[in-house]
Amino acid sequence: MTLLSMTRRALLAAVAASALALGAGPTVAQTPPGVLIVGQVAEPQALDPHAVTAVNDFRILMNVYDGLVRYAPGTLEVEPALATDWTVSEDGTVYTFDLRDDVTFHDGSAFDAEAVVFNFERMLNEDHPYHDTGPFPLSFFFSAVETVEAVDDLTVRFTLNAPYAPFLSNLAYPTGLIVSPDAVRAHGEDFGRNPSGTGAFVFEEWRANEAVVVTGNPDYWGGAPALEAVVFRPITDANTRVAEMLSGGIDLMVEVPPVSLSEFQGDTFNVAEQAGPHVWFLILNALEGPFTDVRVRQAANYAVNKEQIVNDVLEGTAAVAAGPTPPAFAWAYNDDLDPYPYDPDRARELLAEAGVETPEITFYVTEGGSGMLDPVAMGTAIQADLEAVGFDVTIETYEWNTFLGRVNPGLEGEADMAEMAWMTNDPDTLPYLALRTDAWPDEGGFNSGYYSNPRVDELLEEARTATDQDRRAELYREMQEIVHEDAPWVFVANWVQNAVTSDRVENFALEPSFFLLLHDVVKN
Amino acid sequence: MGRYILRRLISAIPVLLGISVIVFAIMAMIPGDPALAILGSYATPENVAELNRDLGLDKPLVQRYFVWLGNLLQGDLGRSFNLNRPVLDEVLERFNATLILAGTAFVLCSILGIAAGVMSAARQYGLADKAITFAVLLGISIPSFFLGMMMILIFAVNLRWFPVSGMWPIYGTRDIWALIDHLTMPALALSVVATGVIARLSRSAMLEVLRQDFIRTARSKGVHERGIVWRHALRAAMVSIIPVLGIQAGFVLSGAVYIERVFQWPGIGQMLVDAILRRDLLLVQGGVVFVAACYVLFNIIVDVAQSLLDPRIKT
Repeated sequence: MTLLSMTRRALLAAVAASALALGAGPTVAQTPPGVLIVGQVAEPQALDPHAVTAVNDFRILMNVYDGLVRYAPGTLEVEPALATDWTVSEDGTVYTFDLRDDVTFHDGSAFDAEAVVFNFERMLNEDHPYHDTGPFPLSFFFSAVETVEAVDDLTVRFTLNAPYAPFLSNLAYPTGLIVSPDAVRAHGEDFGRNPSGTGAFVFEEWRANEAVVVTGNPDYWGGAPALEAVVFRPITDANTRVAEMLSGGIDLMVEVPPVSLSEFQGDTFNVAEQAGPHVWFLILNALEGPFTDVRVRQAANYAVNKEQIVNDVLEGTAAVAAGPTPPAFAWAYNDDLDPYPYDPDRARELLAEAGVETPEITFYVTEGGSGMLDPVAMGTAIQADLEAVGFDVTIETYEWNTFLGRVNPGLEGEADMAEMAWMTNDPDTLPYLALRTDAWPDEGGFNSGYYSNPRVDELLEEARTATDQDRRAELYREMQEIVHEDAPWVFVANWVQNAVTSDRVENFALEPSFFLLLHDVVKN
Repeated sequence: MGRYILRRLISAIPVLLGISVIVFAIMAMIPGDPALAILGSYATPENVAELNRDLGLDKPLVQRYFVWLGNLLQGDLGRSFNLNRPVLDEVLERFNATLILAGTAFVLCSILGIAAGVMSAARQYGLADKAITFAVLLGISIPSFFLGMMMILIFAVNLRWFPVSGMWPIYGTRDIWALIDHLTMPALALSVVATGVIARLSRSAMLEVLRQDFIRTARSKGVHERGIVWRHALRAAMVSIIPVLGIQAGFVLSGAVYIERVFQWPGIGQMLVDAILRRDLLLVQGGVVFVAACYVLFNIIVDVAQSLLDPRIKT
């Protein structure tokens, strides 16, 4: 039986070869202490804070760079960072910042007023010699800036073309982080791969599609960080990210899929949760169709079982939203507002009052997208709830980019209702861009449902120009009350972001801004 | 032979041009543009128009195509909007990773598939044949991404024999052993289906050949059975096995898209999926044309190999 002996030999060889492969590998090494390995959702686009738009990139950038101001830990209130303090002129158009005198960039160059001027000129001035190192897609955050000038070495003055209250929060956003002018000059359009800032961690190496490595900055003006190094690994597939976390390949993972949270119960893992400045809602078409009647819009709010959506579909990774402003903006949030309760009978009554028993609705749903949570499952649940009270809902599903291309130009002639979610850094942003009459799509805004209430317009205009924060808060609270009553949207959920850390990680907390701040984190 | 190869290479040019036109047209036709993908919820018409101008996308499509083609002929594939680096650097790096993964899987499935097919055919309806046929059917029936996920769960999460994902260790030396450690699971998962297909076709090709006159002649001359199967019959059967290998190489390459995602292998399949979702036009165009060129080249190699093995195939 020569053939058989041949097969046996081949089999032996195969077994030996695989044993060699098994035995040779170092298998899964424990990650070293002092080095935090973070599982990210994607490869970063660039490490130039002015050139990127994704939260995934911000998670790295916030640790490598500082801005003039930042959000105080655990809040969305602005506090000093590279600027020690500032003054705002009476009319709210001139902001003067005093800068820290003990800061150098990672490349050794000094941080001063000229560096700040360079940063904003590069973004905003098309004639700046380094403007072509862009594009800078979010530079419109600072479109109110008329001039920025160095008064002296450590004083910088911004003059705005009109009073613009969100200016400080925008400075705290990653688009306001300060980069080293010398590094931009040295690397030109490759600066995004050779970043240099003033932050707690120094960029070390970017191994494309594998890892971004940053090391602790011993000379950090805010004190040296506890970690020696942080490695950001892109792991696109959520299941693979969970498997890496379970096998000890990473120490921290963000955006844990709701269904996987149960894997991390127990002592070896810690789950962190934090509600953020996010709101998930349904845009209702108030220009035509059944939702022109406020009672039908309110009926939709009563009909949708939000509790069930956040608990069952999203497994507790979101909270029920009460109005257009997320509670994370604690200073501007109206605590008196309660979410529309789940009350199908009240919804039926309202529909009857409005004289529409079975309104036909076209509902735009997206497959996924930034901040959209689990849009298909949520859309289906909402469809079922609405149909239970008499609506006749037809879902049309689109891929995210296609979806935005259909929704942003306005729902007129297209649909009656569309999913949408926003994450913002100031209570001004979303209502100003999506609820004012002057923000209808043909005016260049995002009010795709054509809501219009002159009082809301007035309140939002005043809140944007008021320099006193208490006054602004008052205006926002009134706005929320009116919008809650007018129901231009179905208010559904506020995203509660989560992260899992291994038991070797200490002092980790998520921020309401959704940024990942690692300065104080310890890994044993 | 030299002229044949040259002729085949020249005939590949219109194919590649056609592919580039199609990719360009498809990317232009699908809704959503790069500016929209970059700006997301901040995409006002005004912001989109400004960003498109900055990205050079405000020019007519035909003009953009010829500018792109002109640069391509000079070896310049442009810069990726999203990754802020030259397309060629990214494509070469990613293709290298895919080549290692798909190449290993291809070698694995060729050797295992042919060996299994030959062993089956040599003892048709014997125990080995039945066992192999069963295993092959099982292998063909399991989707590779599912197999990959199961392998991760068993061998990485529970047994901890292999790392879950990636191509290199985050810490430690980057030698051949570290690579094998990371490569074993994805390469196996990727090769399983192709192994099954190759085994089935090798088996029938071998059965065909084993019934032919020259095999009977060899047997009657007293040639050793092992020699008959592995030397005489296999050589003759290879003529029909090789084109199958060529086709399977294509399947392995496209199957790599799923496997790369499951195992976070930094290959070109995953790059293309990400690039399409982000509407990274130049990266999609450069990547697709590069992969197509490799595919065409590989087919030429297969055809040449076949004509070397079988002189009846006209060059």
